[in-house]
Amino acid sequence: MGRRRSNRSNRHFGNLRRIKPAVMEQLPSSWGRYPASRARSVVDAAWTSDVPSRVDAPLLAYGLGRSYGDVCLNDGGDVVRMHRCDRVLSFDRELGIIRAEAGLSIADLLRICVPHGWFVPVTPGTRYVTLGGAVANDVHGKNHHRVGTFGCHVRCLELRRTDGSVHLCSLTDNANLFSATIAGMGLTGVITWVEIQLLPIASRIVIQESVKAKSLHDLIEQTDASDADWDYTVSWIDVMSRGSSLGRGLVLRGRFQDMADGTLGKPWKGPILSVPIEAPSWLLSKPTISLFNTVWYNRQLGRLKRTELDAEPFFYPLDAVGSWNLLYGRRGMLQYQCVIPADDGERVMRRILEEMQRGGVSSFLAVLKKFGPLVSPGLMSFPRPGLTLTLDMPISGKPMFEALHRCDELVHSVGGRVYSAKDSRVRGSMFRAMYADEIARFLPHIDPGMSSSFWRRIMNDGKDIA
Amino acid sequence: MNPSSIVIIGATSGIAQGVARHYAQRGWNIYLVARNTDALAAIQSDLLARGAMKVESMAADLRDVSRHDEVVKGAQQFSETIGVVLIAHGILRNQLEIDYDADEMLQVWNVNATSSISLLHRFGVAMETQRSGTIAIISSVAGDRGRRSLYTYGSTKAAVSHFVAGMRGRYKPLGINVLDIKPGPVDTPMMTGRTLMLGATVETVAKDIVAAIDKRKGVLYTPWFWRVIMRIVRMIPEPIFLKIKF
Repeated sequence: MGRRRSNRSNRHFGNLRRIKPAVMEQLPSSWGRYPASRARSVVDAAWTSDVPSRVDAPLLAYGLGRSYGDVCLNDGGDVVRMHRCDRVLSFDRELGIIRAEAGLSIADLLRICVPHGWFVPVTPGTRYVTLGGAVANDVHGKNHHRVGTFGCHVRCLELRRTDGSVHLCSLTDNANLFSATIAGMGLTGVITWVEIQLLPIASRIVIQESVKAKSLHDLIEQTDASDADWDYTVSWIDVMSRGSSLGRGLVLRGRFQDMADGTLGKPWKGPILSVPIEAPSWLLSKPTISLFNTVWYNRQLGRLKRTELDAEPFFYPLDAVGSWNLLYGRRGMLQYQCVIPADDGERVMRRILEEMQRGGVSSFLAVLKKFGPLVSPGLMSFPRPGLTLTLDMPISGKPMFEALHRCDELVHSVGGRVYSAKDSRVRGSMFRAMYADEIARFLPHIDPGMSSSFWRRIMNDGKDIA
Repeated sequence: MNPSSIVIIGATSGIAQGVARHYAQRGWNIYLVARNTDALAAIQSDLLARGAMKVESMAADLRDVSRHDEVVKGAQQFSETIGVVLIAHGILRNQLEIDYDADEMLQVWNVNATSSISLLHRFGVAMETQRSGTIAIISSVAGDRGRRSLYTYGSTKAAVSHFVAGMRGRYKPLGINVLDIKPGPVDTPMMTGRTLMLGATVETVAKDIVAAIDKRKGVLYTPWFWRVIMRIVRMIPEPIFLKIKF
């Protein structure tokens, strides 16, 4: 233990103290571990009343750091970590309405609600996100074509702004602030609690079917067919495939199943492995990624494979490996996610995949999904009806970034856009063009005491805190 | 059968909240004692949502030893038989923070040692007739040897461990287990702004505590490797130990 200045404020439990950067072992970082960032100070809120109400540097709330890029970072600013504010304020087991502090993770939420026959209405591919983060990024899941985004299921929330004011927001109270806060990237204030409507489930068992598709055209057709009958759909694409088999992959579809005995099923206890250290960068390089994709595609021999599994491995296959982001080594990784309006979908998708290959971008995991027509209340919400493509890739050199900029232009030219929660590199001017109308309406709702690395990059083209 | 009950003293502390959630999931009755009323209310609703059968709380400043009888009485009114008592309140000060303030130094003693020992004793006597249950208290690995940077805090924990070791012998024949919990640094509000060398999460420590209570262990080091580390630390010869700056 080093020598530190006397600090007596912790005589009162839960009081707030500044962490000196040198003491912090876990500097808040994003899941992609790129770009590097260092907050001026980090504060852990043990109670929602600990959220600072007066600031002298831009503030940002931080949950579990599962955003890929810099929406969750505040380089040079102050960060308030919310993960300890994870108490449930009320849970109506009859109606499936739960109100909880913003730091509650979906993992914890499921432990509480699944035994009573309720599930999160919308979940991203990891359960290690907080409710606050799910709202601020208006996350979506495999059932977007049925139920829209997470924000569509938020009944109300509480927002604490840096002027000390507290606002209850819903579709009827402070409706404009509510709409700016959902997908508001944490810029409208600190979300202290959220109330959501849960989804009733008959059991925790999911029926999953996997359909093999030989080409992009086949894959999109299978997706359309599956969306009609299945609650959850998503497709995995072999990014290394070329020519006529470009865009081949597996369409996964699932739905909750009724148990014959009328029970919910036993709690799932799967093994959880963890990546202990940063991997060398060759581990996920072009040859290994290529090999993985081919093996994965050929693992399934027939056209259709049907399995029954627990909801947790169905929704969160990657959570089985803790800190898998370390597999990408020191340079980190990034994820590219865009949405293309439906009419142009297949043509533009093909061009994006080709552009990636030309730029030498090797993606370990590529995922395709069709967004449905339900509109989120969130002003800055990313999903639009159409196809969305998501690619994970290790950070490599300039050609990769240039290929992604060319993709941005392609996406923008057909009226598409990229997702802020995944981004760490889009040009400010490009993002502002993609969200031009939304940004104009969003700006008046931003809390002047709050900011993020992402937002400064977008609005000031990267200029630092003044 | 009625669900069992647990009494948690210092219920707003990080580790206490972690342990309370385990018992909530088991559907137990939970009695909370701490100073901050708002915080108690938040924890109460959380534990009910997580499955606790019944949760009640008492607001009390535990430094005030004259209120301790009231705490014990409140717990007994809440539940005739007490399954588990967990004493979890405490404050942490590095020696340098209190070196020039004897009053502040004694404050650490009041909270960590005097008030804990008073509660341990009173609960022991109160539970004597029920001939079952567990009395658990959170001390620290810091109590295993006096170090220059932390000897006030360390000695309060040593006092508690010593007291509890004796109590264990007295109460064992009566069917009451007395558990001494010795965590290393844990990522809780108490540790904010301090180095978390080999730090553990609240979840890990809480799980270990619940398992130790179930198995009726006497002393728990959590995480487990602290047992090994502290055995080595205790074996370091004094002349060498005096030269180590930690």
